[in-house]
Amino acid sequence: MPRAGSNVGLAERAYRIRRHAVRMGQVQGQGYVGQALGVADVLAVAYFHALRYRPTDTRWEGRDRFLLSIGHYAIALYAALIEAGVLPEEELETYGTDDSRMPMSGMAAYTPGMEITGGSLGHGLGIAVGMCLGLKRKRSGSFVYNLMSDGELGEGSTWEAAMSAAHHRLDNLIAIVDFNNQQADGPSTAMLSSEPVTDKFEAFGWHAQRVDGNDIEAVRMAFDLARGLKEPRPRVIVCDTRMAKGVPFLESRDIAHFIRVEPHEWTLALEALERGRSH
Amino acid sequence: MRLSKFAPRHAVNAGERKTTSAMIASIAPDGIATRNAPFGHTLARLAHERLGIVGLTADLAKYTDLHVFAQEHPDRFYQMGMAEQVLMSAAAGLAREGFTPFATTYAVFASRRAYDFICMAIAEENLDVKIVCALPGLTTGYGPSHQATEDIAIFRGMPNLTIIDPCDALDIEQATEAIADYKGPVYMRLLRGKVPVVLDEYDYTFQIGKARLLRDGADVLFISSGLMTMRVLEAAKALEADRIDCAVLHVPTIKPLDTDAILAAARRAGRMVVVAENHTMIGGLGEGVAGLLMREGVTPVFRQIALPDEFLDAGALPTLHDRYGISTSEIVRRVRKWVK
Repeated sequence: MPRAGSNVGLAERAYRIRRHAVRMGQVQGQGYVGQALGVADVLAVAYFHALRYRPTDTRWEGRDRFLLSIGHYAIALYAALIEAGVLPEEELETYGTDDSRMPMSGMAAYTPGMEITGGSLGHGLGIAVGMCLGLKRKRSGSFVYNLMSDGELGEGSTWEAAMSAAHHRLDNLIAIVDFNNQQADGPSTAMLSSEPVTDKFEAFGWHAQRVDGNDIEAVRMAFDLARGLKEPRPRVIVCDTRMAKGVPFLESRDIAHFIRVEPHEWTLALEALERGRSH
Repeated sequence: MRLSKFAPRHAVNAGERKTTSAMIASIAPDGIATRNAPFGHTLARLAHERLGIVGLTADLAKYTDLHVFAQEHPDRFYQMGMAEQVLMSAAAGLAREGFTPFATTYAVFASRRAYDFICMAIAEENLDVKIVCALPGLTTGYGPSHQATEDIAIFRGMPNLTIIDPCDALDIEQATEAIADYKGPVYMRLLRGKVPVVLDEYDYTFQIGKARLLRDGADVLFISSGLMTMRVLEAAKALEADRIDCAVLHVPTIKPLDTDAILAAARRAGRMVVVAENHTMIGGLGEGVAGLLMREGVTPVFRQIALPDEFLDAGALPTLHDRYGISTSEIVRRVRKWVK
């Protein structure tokens, strides 16, 4: 089981997660790399500070469950699973290719460590509710983490699940909203605004926090608070993240939801990450 | 703008008996033997031995007979409120943790509202969730909001999903036990409340994926599912007076179809094949059987007794069953006409 690392260690993990994701994007020439770069710090905290799991036994009953509701973020989770030793690093070369265990959108049947099939948005939180009910029936101490996007807050099913989680007092549920304010047609808040997000969750009976999702220390503290809380309520951590974080020339670009970069830019991106690493 | 399809109607004549479209209207005619809540009682009994069974509903425990289970196993019952999407996804989550959830609602809400959640969270994952739904086809007079006339058409296209349409209380009891033992997702159409008992007269046992020839006959082969099997059994008796000799093949599993039994029965020369179902003509048992027969080069005279491709009227069930041709008397009338 991974041990809680220092902040320096988490920053290094986040760097490597980003690097794995960019290399997968390089192999395919495309991918949801912007989201992966944005959420890398959150994944680093999740996989190298918060979650209990066994890299070689992804079905271990005592594990915390990490659900990727946003199936199109698969590249981000593959990067974290590679870094966590669940998937071998060489396998990233297969990302998105025929018969790969790492398809473009995350599916449970394909990938060890992928708990659910996401992608049809607004499913994860409801499945998490059922898993939390099931874990309580089994008197398990495991948490269910559900990583969702701000876009999913537009799905009505998310709010059915939010109400349900509070009604059933699911204190073993931690939802993480990756709030990068970006969805397919433009900024999420311009498509269907979910603000004020934490107020909404609190009104639904949740314990809500909002942090800079690219501030590793802030994210780590939020995870610790969410796990340690004694109240019988579900918890949400809204993480404001920046698309393409760590690659300045992509961050500043009027970035598309699904980025395609010039072939030479993948190398530039890796170099930019490397430069950021030494800071 | 859609105008009323009815002319203005004034008060009924004094003394005229009014029919009712009440939700609770039973499909059981007066005088027939019934059993109460066969699904609920069977599930409650099974749950004593099968400890993984849990029950969930979306504000319809009383109307899907799940309240019987809830009363007997309150700690294993989850009331999810009026929220069919989380009903299905939470059932998926419970199945992921090793339980066998039985999720109940009305067939309209499962098929129309929660389709994506059944498809992606349950069926694509091949999870052990049983979706048991009341008011299938035309079994309420509440109009299209409650009439699941197209549920089978919707669900037949979903890979992995087994679809069951039982006929009577006996069938429901046996099917409930069978699907509890079966690993994988199941959609079962449910007759709830006082449910007729008719199959006790026949040497019948429910098996998933198996059709059963309930009676044989030389002129007409009825192929039917759900409550239409009781109707065609009655129709077959009535048609004896016309010297029309009818066979009845009951097909309670709509998917996977028992292709061997259907082909064997339909290949017998000289018989008209009449598929009868409590469902729209489109995409249900009738078209499933027709497709099978065409693919296999079996081409009997083929007729369908099913609901029309329309949004149906509100009204009393006996009125509507006559109006849309699925009452016993309408079956008899049509078959007489087709055979002559």
